[in-house]
Amino acid sequence: MELKENAFQRWGEQRHQSWLVRRMHLDVPLTLALIALSMTGLAMLYSAGNQDLDLVYRQILRVGLAFSAMLVIAQIPPDQLKRWSPWLAGLGIALLIAVEVAGDVGKGAQRWLDLGFFRFQPSEIMKLALPMLLAWYLADRKLPPSLKHLAASALLIAIPVTLIVKQPDLGTSILIASSGVFVIFLAGISWRLIIFLSTVFAACLPLAWLNMHDYQKTRVLTFLNPESDPLNSGYHIIQSKIAIGSGGFYGKGFLQGTQSHLEFLPERSTDFIFAAFAEELGLIGGLLLLALYLFIVTRGLVIATQAQDSYTRLLAGSLTLTFFVYVFVNIGMVSGLLPVVGLPLPLMSYGGTSMVTIMAAFGVLMSIHTHRKMIRN
Amino acid sequence: MPRTGSLTDDLRESEQFRRRTIVAFLVVILMVTGIVARLVYLQVVNHHHFTTQADQNRVTVVPLAPTRGLIFDRRGRVLAENLPSFTLELVPERVIDLDATINELGRYVDISQNNIQRFYDQLQRKRRHDSIAIRSHLTEEEVARFAVNRHRFPGVEINARLLRSYPYGPLAVHTIGYVGQINEKEASKVNQTNYSATSYIGKIGIEKYYETLLHGQIGYQRVETNAQGRVIEVLDSIAPKPGSNLHLTIDAELQRIAEAILGDQRGAIVAIEPATGNLLSMVSKPSYDPNLFVQGIDHATFNALNNSPDHPLFNRILRGTYPPGSTIKPIIALAALEYNKIDANTSVFCPGWYSLEGDNHRYRDWKRWGHGHTDMKKAVAESCDVFFYDIAFRLGIDHMHEYMTKFGFGSTTKVDISDELSGIMPSRQWKRDARGLPWFPGETLITGIGQGFMTATPLQLARATAAIANRGTLVTPRVVRAISENGEEATTINLIDTVSEPIILKNENHWQAVVDSMKEVVHGAHGTARKIATNSPFTIAGKTGTAQVFGIKQDENYDADDLDKRLHDHALFIGFAPIENPQIAVAVIVENGGSGSSTAAPIAYQVLHHYLTTLADYGT
Repeated sequence: MELKENAFQRWGEQRHQSWLVRRMHLDVPLTLALIALSMTGLAMLYSAGNQDLDLVYRQILRVGLAFSAMLVIAQIPPDQLKRWSPWLAGLGIALLIAVEVAGDVGKGAQRWLDLGFFRFQPSEIMKLALPMLLAWYLADRKLPPSLKHLAASALLIAIPVTLIVKQPDLGTSILIASSGVFVIFLAGISWRLIIFLSTVFAACLPLAWLNMHDYQKTRVLTFLNPESDPLNSGYHIIQSKIAIGSGGFYGKGFLQGTQSHLEFLPERSTDFIFAAFAEELGLIGGLLLLALYLFIVTRGLVIATQAQDSYTRLLAGSLTLTFFVYVFVNIGMVSGLLPVVGLPLPLMSYGGTSMVTIMAAFGVLMSIHTHRKMIRN
Repeated sequence: MPRTGSLTDDLRESEQFRRRTIVAFLVVILMVTGIVARLVYLQVVNHHHFTTQADQNRVTVVPLAPTRGLIFDRRGRVLAENLPSFTLELVPERVIDLDATINELGRYVDISQNNIQRFYDQLQRKRRHDSIAIRSHLTEEEVARFAVNRHRFPGVEINARLLRSYPYGPLAVHTIGYVGQINEKEASKVNQTNYSATSYIGKIGIEKYYETLLHGQIGYQRVETNAQGRVIEVLDSIAPKPGSNLHLTIDAELQRIAEAILGDQRGAIVAIEPATGNLLSMVSKPSYDPNLFVQGIDHATFNALNNSPDHPLFNRILRGTYPPGSTIKPIIALAALEYNKIDANTSVFCPGWYSLEGDNHRYRDWKRWGHGHTDMKKAVAESCDVFFYDIAFRLGIDHMHEYMTKFGFGSTTKVDISDELSGIMPSRQWKRDARGLPWFPGETLITGIGQGFMTATPLQLARATAAIANRGTLVTPRVVRAISENGEEATTINLIDTVSEPIILKNENHWQAVVDSMKEVVHGAHGTARKIATNSPFTIAGKTGTAQVFGIKQDENYDADDLDKRLHDHALFIGFAPIENPQIAVAVIVENGGSGSSTAAPIAYQVLHHYLTTLADYGT
C-alpha cells in the first residue's frame, strides 16, 4: 500500500532508532521535549517555592511517577486500548457517580474519592476515557458520522461532563468536553453542522450562566473586570498581570521575581506558575516555553496524522489538542485573557494527579506511534 | 486490522482527518499567537506600568520620627531629654481577651492598677489597631521574662522607644511644660506628613511654644516588604533631622533655690535680667512632675492634681492675675510727677483715711492712725495709701491708665511661653465695655493703690520693675536665649523681638526720684522692707504690696486670726538690685501670705542675694 508521503508526515520519522528506544516504545522527540519541560518546571518550582528543596523533591517523585505511567502505557498496543475503551469509560462514569454519592469535599467542591491509601479524582480517568470512548464509538462507523451517531456521541459527552460540572469543577469539565468535541471534529463533522451547533451553543450560554455556582459567576465577572474586586477574587489576576508585566522583555532573572518571592502572587507554584516564570524570565522565556509546548502539540498532531486507523487517529488528535487546551486555558487565565478556572499548567505546576493523567495521555500517543505496522513496503 | 470499510473509504477518511488536523493546527497557531500578543502587550507595551505596580507592591515608605530637641538651662544642664525605654505595648485588635491578657502579663511584668487604668483610658481614645503602651521603663529582667513567654501573648510586644524625660522632675515645670501623646485636635493642626511618625507633642510651656523647633524634620526609610507586610530589606533612607536644642535663660540652680525659698506656700517668683529681658527663674508653686504626663496620665492622678484646691497645674507666673496692690505705687507716683500733680517735696497730711468731697465714705489707710505729713519718698517707703488716694484723685483714671499701660499692664508681655494672660488695666472704656457702667470717682482712688479692678500677672510686675531698673526700657521677657543643632555649638539668637518702645519721660530726672523712693523702701529707716537689707552687700530698690483678697466692710477690721487662710491678703514684693547697675529684677507673690513686708520681701531678698553673690558664675 502506498501512502502519500509529504514533508509533514516524514517529519520526526525515526529510521535509525536504537534497539532500546524501539523496545521501550518511546517517541524520541516527544520524550525529549517532555523531559525538557519537566526540568523547566522543576527549576521554576525551586524558584517559586522560595527554594524549598523538599517541595522540589516531592515534585521529582511525581514526575517520576508520571513518566513511569507514560512508559507503562506506551507498551500497551492500541488495539488493546481500543478494546478497553468502553470499559474504562464505564468505570470512570461509575466512579463519578460514586463521588457524587460518597465523595470528599475539598476546597468547596466534591471531587475526591478516598480509597483509604490515597485520594483521587475520578474525573482524571475521564480525561483519557472519554476521548477513548468516543474514538472507539466512531472509529468503526462510516465517517463523517451520521446525525444519529453524532447524537449518540453528544450523549456520551454529556453524561460525564454533567457529573463533573455538578462537583463543581468547571476547568476539568471544559477539558473533558473539549476532548470529546475534538474527536467529533476530527471525525469529519460537516462545517455546516459545526456552524449550526456553535450558534445553538452560543444561544445556550445565558442558560449556562443561570446554572453556574456563585463562585463561578464571580470568576467570570472578575475576569471581565478584575479591578471591581481588587482584594478578593480580582486579587489573583491583578497580581498575576503585575508579575508578568513587570517581568518585561528579559525578565527579572531567575530567583529574582519580587511578585513571587515576596508572596504577592498567589498560587505561584501551582496554577499561577506561568506568571512567576514570565516574571523571572520575561517575554524571551515565555516565548521559549510556548515554543516547547507548540513543539509537543505539533509532534502530537504529526503522530495523529501518521496513525494507521481511525481509532488511533482520532484518539491521538483529541489528546494532543486537549493538551493544548490545558496550556491555552492556563496561560490565558494567568495573563488575564480568560476567566480564572482552576487548571494547572501541564508539567510546570506543582501537583500530581493531573500530571499523571497528562503523561498517561502521552503514553497513549507513544503507543499509537510505536505500534504501527510496517506496511510501507 | 479488521476493517469493514473499503480501501478507498480508508484513504478518504485519512485525507479528511489530515485536513481537519491542519485546520486544528492553524487554530492552535492562531491561539498561540493570541497568547504571544497578550504577553507582548503585558511585558513590552505595559511593562513600565506593571513595573511601577510591582514596586508599589513591594516597596513601603516607613516614616522615621525625628529625635526631639533637648532643653538645657543657662549653664548647659539638661532639663528635658529623651531616654530609651522599653515599653510593653498591646494592639487591642490582635488581643483576644484584654482583661485576661493583662492579668496574665502581670505575672511577668510589674503592672500596677494605675497602669491598667491609664491603659483603659487610652483605649477609649485610640483606634483598635494602634499600639497602646501599658508599661514603660521596663527593667532588663522584665524584658527577658516577657521575651521567654512572648509566644503566649499574641498582640503584645516590647518596643524600644525614646521617651521624653525631665530629669529635674517638677523643677520649672510651668516654664518647660511637658509633652504628651498627640490627640486628634492637635493632629489636625500640625503638618500631617511631618508628624506621621511622631506620637508626642508639646502640650504646654516651652515644649508647646517651641514645638516646631523642637520637633525636627521627619525622615523616611524605603523598605521592601512581603505580602504580609514584613520588612525584608531596607532599600534606602533619608535620616530624620533632629529637632533643635533649646538653651534657656533659666538657671536651674537659682530656680531650685527660689523654689525652695517659697517652700510649700502658694505663689510665684519671677526673676528677670533687666537689660535683656532674660528670665532667670520662674517659680509657680505648688508644682507637679511633668514626667507623669509623658505616657498619658491616669485619671485618678490627673483628677487629684486638677481638683486640688492649691491648683498645682495652674501657671501662676503668666496666668495668675492678682491685684498688684501697693507694688504699683512707684509708677503712680511717676505719673503724678510727670503731670506736675506733685513734686519731690509735695506733702499730703495722712490722718489714716481719705474722703472724696460730698461723700462720707472713708477710704482707709493700712495704718489706722495715719502717717502724718507725707511726701512722695515717705509715701512710697511707708506705702502711705492716703497720699496715693490723693494723687490718684488728682491724676484721674485716664492719666493713671496712660502710665500704667506704658509699663505693660493690661497687655501680655509676649514672653515665649504659651497661654499668657493679660490681666486688667481698667479705664473708662474698659469699664463701659466690660461692665456696661460709667467710671466712678471712688474707683480711681482704689486703682491708685493697685486694688479694685486692676489685676496683673507676676511676669508683668517683674517686667514693669525691670523697666524702672532700666530707667525706661520695657523689655520683652524671654526664656530661650539660644538654639543649637545636634553636636554643634549653640548660637545665640533672638527668636522673639526682645526690646519694645522705650518709655520716654517729660523729665528724665523723675526716674531718679522714683528709684530713690524705692530705695527708701528697703534702705530707709521706716521703709516697709527695711528688715531684709540690714546686712545687704548691695543696694536694693523695691516696693512691698499687700493685696486684699476680699473687701472689708467700712467699720470692720482686718484680723488675720479670724479669717480663713484663703481670705488672707496676698503678700507681694517687687524690686531690683543693685540700684546703680541693675542685674536682676524680681516680683514675688505669696498667695494669702499676709503682708508684703514680712512674707514676700524676705523671699525676694534671698533670691537677689543668691543671684548677686554668685553672679560671677552666671555669665550672660
